[in-house]
Amino acid sequence: MSVSTPDVVATEPRKSDLVANHNRRWAIGFAIAAVAVWLFYTFVLPHLGTTVNTGFRQWMPLNSINEALVWVICAVGLNIVVGYAGLLDLGFVAFWAIGGYTAGWFMSTFIQAIQNGFYFLSAAPPGQPGIHLNWWIVLVLAGCICAGAGILIGAPTLRLKSDYLALVTLGFGEIIPQIFLNAETFTNGAKGIAPLDNVSALPFGPATITVAGAKLAISKPLGPFDVTTKYVLFVIVASFCVFVSLRIREGRLGRAWLAIREDELAASMMGVPLMRTKLAAYAVGAFMGGLGGVVYAVHNNSVFPDRFNFAISIILLAMVVLGGMGNVWGVMIGALGIAWFNSTGLPQFGDSFNQQFGTEINFPSYNFLIFGAILVLMMLFRREGLFPETRTRQVLQEAERSDDEELDGGEA
Amino acid sequence: MSTIAETTTLALNADDITVRFGGLVAVKNVSFTIPEKSIVSLIGPNGAGKTTFFNVLTGLYRPTTGSVTLGDLDITGQSPHKIAGLGLGRTFQNIRLFGLMTAAENVMVAQHSHTTSNILQIVGRTRHQRREEKEGRAFAQEMLDFVGIGRHADEYARNLSYGDQRRLEVARALALKPKVLLLDEPTAGMNPQESATFVDFVRRVRDERHLSILLIEHDMSVVMRVSERITVLDQGEKIAEGGADDIRNNQRVVEAYLGKTGTEGSAR
Repeated sequence: MSVSTPDVVATEPRKSDLVANHNRRWAIGFAIAAVAVWLFYTFVLPHLGTTVNTGFRQWMPLNSINEALVWVICAVGLNIVVGYAGLLDLGFVAFWAIGGYTAGWFMSTFIQAIQNGFYFLSAAPPGQPGIHLNWWIVLVLAGCICAGAGILIGAPTLRLKSDYLALVTLGFGEIIPQIFLNAETFTNGAKGIAPLDNVSALPFGPATITVAGAKLAISKPLGPFDVTTKYVLFVIVASFCVFVSLRIREGRLGRAWLAIREDELAASMMGVPLMRTKLAAYAVGAFMGGLGGVVYAVHNNSVFPDRFNFAISIILLAMVVLGGMGNVWGVMIGALGIAWFNSTGLPQFGDSFNQQFGTEINFPSYNFLIFGAILVLMMLFRREGLFPETRTRQVLQEAERSDDEELDGGEA
Repeated sequence: MSTIAETTTLALNADDITVRFGGLVAVKNVSFTIPEKSIVSLIGPNGAGKTTFFNVLTGLYRPTTGSVTLGDLDITGQSPHKIAGLGLGRTFQNIRLFGLMTAAENVMVAQHSHTTSNILQIVGRTRHQRREEKEGRAFAQEMLDFVGIGRHADEYARNLSYGDQRRLEVARALALKPKVLLLDEPTAGMNPQESATFVDFVRRVRDERHLSILLIEHDMSVVMRVSERITVLDQGEKIAEGGADDIRNNQRVVEAYLGKTGTEGSAR
């Protein structure tokens, strides 16, 4: 970025256009990869030999990709709060839990008080007690409940700054799962809520409809093992989150978030309402956390309070930092990588290692040691993350012009 | 006392402002007005309470007593973003741009209170939102051209030269469509040549953007040349007010800046 003469600048493409192109390329890449994975697992893999199949079942089962997608959804949500608005949140698991329990309440036989069952476009078999809503509706519902919870939690805590904010969010991240553990009447305590209703792929309609006396299966209920279809559904939800992130970033609200991240006081002096704008970041992030919670519940077919622990908040944050704060695509890759490593890569590597060398090391138990080491190394050698935002790359890689001048001129 | 006729309408009126921090009185019963389309200055030695007074106007501090009116709106104790939206723009003594945003984006942030797109409109990119963005970008370019850095619209603010950063701060404040523009030591770090150009620039801003300007400034040559009225603060109190000549010859002002002469003794 040398000082350029006006005519050179004029011929350069606008930065916003560059960003749009960049996003378009990534979006196309993501779409192709997502479709390719689906085609591969549905049509190609079954025809490959047993060795290949075993290998894939061990090292890259579709289930692990599905779980990674849950992490992607939540990490993209957390990126709004941490990466866009610059608010450190160490309690994001709270929204994940609230989303999960929303799925538990509205998609199972748990609410026995409704004896004949309340059904709405659900794929669940009829005649059971409880509320059974279509899972797409539950998604929206969970998102909205979480956004509300985000505002409720944010209203008092967002008055705090930086470290203090992080501490209080950490507190809420502990409190909310504890509430779910202990409020047995509403959550079934440690026993959790299981099983959940089977979901159906199509947005609307019951499992079958009768047209002119013939039963047509328009929306097959997906069993726990129907992972390929669930994969498609999860990809759709993840894409939605990415899409929303990118769109918001370019608009009025995204600029306000960025301004707050850069200089809160200056932002308020330029007419940006701090509280409202920060709450909006919390609400949007929490909305996505809620989606992630529902998707996680559907993925596991159950909700248990002990799944929502503090480690989740930290892993999510590690995903955002590793991938590149503020860049949705980087965060996505960070989330896919860490989630896979955590759920499949490390245990598998451990098994192979132990078999090879006859040792009995419990590799998965060292996961946090490894994450910690990775984060320390990142902070030393690549602070901006693997795929940083163009803006952030600026700070950390290029010499800062104003610094030089401050050295010459001195500060008043 | 004022060199401007009392009948002119006021762009800003701060009435009997007192700010107390615990036992310390930072600003004491200061009344201050900015007539419409005028350029006025606030000067005083370090620690005189200029910045505190400034912060009261912009809503950062709530005055202990007194009231501030912008046009005919009472803005006493309003939050800074509201006051900004109502038409009070400012620049900062030590430049506070959004460094990792482009010059155009910096200006567009300041349009926040003049735009209305909500989150759904942004995600859905409705016609309203697209029009707002387009107009916003055009207006930002207009403001950047106005301050003379239009060709740097797409450059990150942190990469601009010092002088251009100062200009960008003005462009950003102008995007608030302010009635009153507060400039906090705008010539700090400028050489005499640049300061001289700056005087013309301030006049041009006033004339072409139809607003009033309040200047806090240490460079007396700039203050004396550009101001239609000068107010002097010392130890939280207003000690003098008037045109350049009045101030230059005012005994109390000279004392405040240079100290009393030995013959007068030390008791007071």
